Amino acid sequence: MTEMTALSTDGRAATAPAAKMSARNVTVFYGDKKAVDDVSIDVGPEHVTAFIGPSGCGKSTFLRTLNRMNDTIPSARVEGRIELDGEDIYASSMDVVQLRARVGMVFQKPNPFPKSIYENVAYGPRIHGLASGTAELDHIVERSLRRAGLWDEVKDRLSESGTALSGGQQQRLCIARAIAVDPEVILMDEPASALDPIATAKIEELIHELRGNYAIVIVTHNMQQAARVSQRTAFFHLGVLVEYGETTEIFTNPRETRTKDYITGRYG
Amino acid sequence: MSVAAIALLIVGLGLVAWLAARARAAAFAGPGRPRLHSLPGQHGWYVALWTVIPALLFLAGWNELSGNLIYAQVLASPEASSLPDFGMQRQAVLSEAYALASGQTQAAFNPQAHALVPVYARAIAFYNWIGLAVTVLVAFAAGGWAFTRISPQFRARTRVERVVMALLLLASLIAILTTLGIVASLLFESLRFFSMVSPIEFLFGLNWSPQMAIRADQAGSSGAFGAIPLFWGTIFIGAIIAMLVAIPLGLMSAIYLTQYSSARLRSWMKPLLEILAGVPTVVYGYFAALTVAPAVRDLGLTLGIPSSTESALAAGLVMGIMIIPFVSSMADDSLAAVPQAMRDGSLAMGATTSETIRKVLVPAALPGVVGGVLLAVSRAIGETMIVVMAAGLAANLTANPFGSVTTVTTQIVQLLTGDQEFDSPKTLAAFALGLVLFGVTLALNIIALRVVKKYREAYE
Repeated sequence: MTEMTALSTDGRAATAPAAKMSARNVTVFYGDKKAVDDVSIDVGPEHVTAFIGPSGCGKSTFLRTLNRMNDTIPSARVEGRIELDGEDIYASSMDVVQLRARVGMVFQKPNPFPKSIYENVAYGPRIHGLASGTAELDHIVERSLRRAGLWDEVKDRLSESGTALSGGQQQRLCIARAIAVDPEVILMDEPASALDPIATAKIEELIHELRGNYAIVIVTHNMQQAARVSQRTAFFHLGVLVEYGETTEIFTNPRETRTKDYITGRYG
Repeated sequence: MSVAAIALLIVGLGLVAWLAARARAAAFAGPGRPRLHSLPGQHGWYVALWTVIPALLFLAGWNELSGNLIYAQVLASPEASSLPDFGMQRQAVLSEAYALASGQTQAAFNPQAHALVPVYARAIAFYNWIGLAVTVLVAFAAGGWAFTRISPQFRARTRVERVVMALLLLASLIAILTTLGIVASLLFESLRFFSMVSPIEFLFGLNWSPQMAIRADQAGSSGAFGAIPLFWGTIFIGAIIAMLVAIPLGLMSAIYLTQYSSARLRSWMKPLLEILAGVPTVVYGYFAALTVAPAVRDLGLTLGIPSSTESALAAGLVMGIMIIPFVSSMADDSLAAVPQAMRDGSLAMGATTSETIRKVLVPAALPGVVGGVLLAVSRAIGETMIVVMAAGLAANLTANPFGSVTTVTTQIVQLLTGDQEFDSPKTLAAFALGLVLFGVTLALNIIALRVVKKYREAYE
């Protein structure tokens, strides 16, 4: 709560002090189609930022520019500048492999690898050489699973396949997998939209617990979820960032009529 | 009138029935009348099928039956009483007479045959006329009956659909029944072989030398039918050397095409690769025997290894090249079936593309790849032309890839080329080998399909 009070002194400024990531005039094209139009936003460092907006508003596309996952789509093109701790992530000197280790991502549909639970979590530490021995790797796996709130449920069956878990457990496994490489930012692309209400509640609880350690950016089309988990909310519409500010302000007293219309359920 | 002419006549009647039935059905239609259930053309088909099919079935049956009836009538005639009593001579005279009467030959060796010609001719003409008359009658009766059923409510469309279904079923049954027939023929000849050579000796014997002395005084080996050297040669070439070539190259090309190449490059590289599968195997055979084999022998000699011109390595290398498209297209399909989310998940962890492929995509696609490899192996061990041209005939039990080995298929070709006597184990051995080959490839195919199916279910 102290953090929230500290932030509220900023009022509705579009920037927070010492932003973890900042985007300036970011425009994303898919071929000739403009998906994100001139977005400037600062996120982090230690709180949850929610991107809301109707389907196709560009919020997921923009999220994917933050760890350059759009690179995997051949037709996607990004203009503008995005910085992580003041460093341009689209600069040629930026190693995309390093970037993605620092900016992790959790996807809409749980996507555990068809490997054991242990191997799923150990995947990142292994490829980045974070553990020098089995004991250390065991430690990282346990710590990550504990942080993801999954340890007690899976500690006796770490060698079972990750795909055999329930949907909610799979998603928490994916979160454990993401935090195993100790990222600075975690991007979540509608992480609970494929889950039932109980599993969703667990994910939201987890986001609460993680927020002290990581900058979290979550895309959601569930406005209650945005209100529950985030401190700051950005409303996207038709590829444009309409409004960005404190979550409580956005939901109780939006400046823009478009935001208000969306929040009150008039469209979207 | 020959059978073919009668059949043609029936088809002609069918055409007439089609036109007539369509016209009649069309006459029912019109403004103010109840709507026809089926289109006039469908009524036409219904009546035409009834006209043609029963008549043709009768014709086919009659054709079988009339031979015996003709024969019986000829034997009952007074001219037949002078025939020799001895079965073989009697048959010879009768068949000559038949050949003369039906115009297949002009002169007979046996003078008695000429006496029987008019009898035969009479009998043939008599039964042919009966056949023609009844066939036409059947056509008219069945067609006429179908014709009377035409009415606006009659569901000709549904009936014709059933006939179409039956036809399609028949077409698929023919393929299956043929397979069963092949298996049966393999099985019976193999049983004859195993009554002469013990299955234990055949399956586990180490010595293969199928040449047998035909006459008692002839110099020649007594024949040894231990097929282990052939099985080894087949596995050595088809399952080991060829796969050592095909698996890495096929898999790597599939990985390149699915993960790295641009869509444009892929659109012309993939078809080019698949052309490899369409090259006639005999062309691969030339390539193996004339280009690869000498180079392999020279390499072997340079390395100081005993080498022969016809080597396992040459045949295996070329066979591996031939198999690449099989492996690569199966691997391609399985890699493409791994959800994009897997790939994204790994890339988002900061893995490079090749790490993602090695640690996530290939393991996930492995069952499909294994299925493809098993299919490729079954194809390779059944492959004949390359090994016939490049692998050699000597049944050596050697692990030297520069040495000459022989395969099951090569030996089958050897055993069945030229004049055969089907009471000798040498010839019958080919069927036993064929049976083993069939069994192994069938088992491989079944396993491969199961593996692939199980894998598909995992992502649905």
